[in-house]
Amino acid sequence: MKKFISGMLLALSAAVLPVSGVLASTGVELPPVKANIHDKQSLQRGAKYFVNYCMGCHSLGSSRYNRVAQDLGLSPEQVKDNFIFTRDDDGELQKPGDLMTNAMRKKYGEAVFGVAPPDLSLSGRLRGETWIYHYLKSFYADRTRPFGVNNTVFPNAGMPHVLWELQGLQRLEVKEEHGHKTETLVLDQPGKLSPAKYDEVVMDLTNFLVYVGEPSKLSRPTIGIFVLIFLVIFTAVAYLLKKEYWKDVH
Amino acid sequence: MADHPKHNYTGLLGWVEDRFPLMETWNYHLAQYYAPRNFNIWYYFGSLAILVLVFQIFSGLFLAFHYKPDAALAFNSVEYIMRDVPGGWFIRYMHSTGASFFFIVVYLHMFRALIYGSYKGKRELLWLIGMTIYLALMATAFMGYLLPWGQMSLWGAQVIINLFNTIPFIGEQLSVWLRGDFVLSDATLNRFFALHFFIPVIVLPALVFVHMVALHAVGSNNPDGIEIKQGPKGNRWSPDAPKDGIPFFPYYIVKDVFGVGVFLFVFFAVLFFAPEMGGFFLEPPNFEPANALKTPLHIAPVWYFTPFYTILRSIPDPWYGTVGMFSAIILLFLLPWIDKNPIKSWRYRNASHMANLLLFAIVFLILGWMGTKSVEPLYKELGTRMTQIYFLFFVVLGIHSRPFANSQPSNVLGILIAVVLGLLVWIGSGFLSFGGIFAGIVVGLAFALIFMLGNFIAKQYFGKNGVKARYAAWFFILLGLIIFYDVYFRFVPSDTTATVQMLLQLIWPVVYLGVTLLLPALSPSVNAEKPVPERVTE
Repeated sequence: MKKFISGMLLALSAAVLPVSGVLASTGVELPPVKANIHDKQSLQRGAKYFVNYCMGCHSLGSSRYNRVAQDLGLSPEQVKDNFIFTRDDDGELQKPGDLMTNAMRKKYGEAVFGVAPPDLSLSGRLRGETWIYHYLKSFYADRTRPFGVNNTVFPNAGMPHVLWELQGLQRLEVKEEHGHKTETLVLDQPGKLSPAKYDEVVMDLTNFLVYVGEPSKLSRPTIGIFVLIFLVIFTAVAYLLKKEYWKDVH
Repeated sequence: MADHPKHNYTGLLGWVEDRFPLMETWNYHLAQYYAPRNFNIWYYFGSLAILVLVFQIFSGLFLAFHYKPDAALAFNSVEYIMRDVPGGWFIRYMHSTGASFFFIVVYLHMFRALIYGSYKGKRELLWLIGMTIYLALMATAFMGYLLPWGQMSLWGAQVIINLFNTIPFIGEQLSVWLRGDFVLSDATLNRFFALHFFIPVIVLPALVFVHMVALHAVGSNNPDGIEIKQGPKGNRWSPDAPKDGIPFFPYYIVKDVFGVGVFLFVFFAVLFFAPEMGGFFLEPPNFEPANALKTPLHIAPVWYFTPFYTILRSIPDPWYGTVGMFSAIILLFLLPWIDKNPIKSWRYRNASHMANLLLFAIVFLILGWMGTKSVEPLYKELGTRMTQIYFLFFVVLGIHSRPFANSQPSNVLGILIAVVLGLLVWIGSGFLSFGGIFAGIVVGLAFALIFMLGNFIAKQYFGKNGVKARYAAWFFILLGLIIFYDVYFRFVPSDTTATVQMLLQLIWPVVYLGVTLLLPALSPSVNAEKPVPERVTE
């Protein structure tokens, strides 16, 4: 009976808990990826790749340069020299305290890409690490698309394959066996990096975007542990107090 | 006006007491308020609800310092709070986690009232005030959810406000009046912010105050459902206080402090380690700014509304869906008049009543779970079946209210209900149309026939024993009505998948009615009530 109940509970919890797996738009489940926001060097590299490859189109409009610098262990000077390329309305370079915006106007973005490139401040929370990681690895050559590439995770994405120089170009191979379609991406034209190195770059970018999604997550669990330890002590004292008072009642 | 009672306070306290009933109030509500000494774990949730209300008011105040109720600025101002305001993320998570915990605590508090019959014994008004608090809470939460101005904020609110569109004649104007615009826009956001401040800061505390005044006038119920004021008098604190009562201060205050400690442990464990709670407390799609031109594939409200959302979705017609959803809440208001059994606590009621309450809780949870799922044949049917059981619960509660009544339901009453129902269907499906008259006649006739048939079968097989025959008759009648509803309103011959699901999942109402009505018809021990003790038990 006990086994039956625990089995039922397990089945129920499996059904109730939200599915942790992330589906590609084609319905295929992506292998889960775990971001590590405490790997500072990876975050620094991720930030570097982001400002070099992504930020021309995608802003981080909720995030400030100096906050990123502080969280990633960089000095304001390093940030100024390496991260700031955007100029403000007066033509001056942005200050370290500014929001990480770019010069892409919404109308311009719409005209060029069809959809204005979205701000990515919260992409780590909206899409999640698994999605971002696989998305950046899943571009393939497709002559029917305006930028010559398509994506298996996000079909008909409006974005060019910005990292193609690093990754090279992939080709989509569709095999059909017994009515079951399998799609595989094959590296056709190698890029500057080996596939393993490219995976590291993508992981760095994923880590960085997950960090930018919620910077407070860096310290949140640590504070949480102290709060919970305090509450254990508080509750223990409260319990003893209650017991003492209730001697009158019993 | 009555004179201020004499007192022995001296010094500053005496000076104040001469001018203001400070200690009088303290004594009346705390130090000399005698609560039953047998409160169990269920009795923590009332005071915890007050604690969460205080959390919400103060975290909300600090959020309002930085939040901007403007469609162009709102989304980013929330992120500004999360990143740039010192400790802002903590305040925001206090508020978002608090919202969910408010409902957890209130749902448990309400279920406590159900199992111990806390709406009985001159506590009807207390229950009504409590239900009004629940309504105000739902309104507050609904409006608050629009404020982050994410995709789910916009589209969730869109779905709910559009419900008002379905009201005949005045629907369109009413929803425009609510939105303040023809579409959900900046005007809506602005007024929802104002109301989200006004209701919880003015209306809710006032209602909570009235709830407490009503409670302290009648006195608290307890797990045994015994009125301690009617029992023997005299305890160690006062010669004329109830013997089974203990002063709320300090005994229940220290006990509640312990409860607060346990509660905060759970609360902060969620806040610091899983503030999104797997997408239940904060939905990931809400991290995308509201976009009126991009409809999300799957719109789901936050978990605490999903039971009612499922009820709404399980009735295909939008207007009747809306009616169904709101009547699901209105029926809760009527509990004191549905359940008239003099025994309050489920401890001493029959086993079928206990089963009815437990099944109701399970059904409510499944309804909530279904509301987070997308509509597939399996889930759609499960949601519909659970909706049917949700409404059956109230009928069964009424039947269990008189467990030893020994007459079958009167056919005259059945025909009267049939006539009223037929008329309602006629009006509802077109007053002047032939189809409307036809539908009214079919429904009315079917209802009357099922009623009489159920009575007839019960008389055939259980006729000798009136109590048993009554239960059996109701079992056949209610099951017959469910099947009639399925066949007449839901059956689509061409949709085989739905039909198969409908047949398979008929098992749920059959099991529900079997446990609550057929079982007491077959076995008297299931229907037996236990003697209520004179004094409260430990």
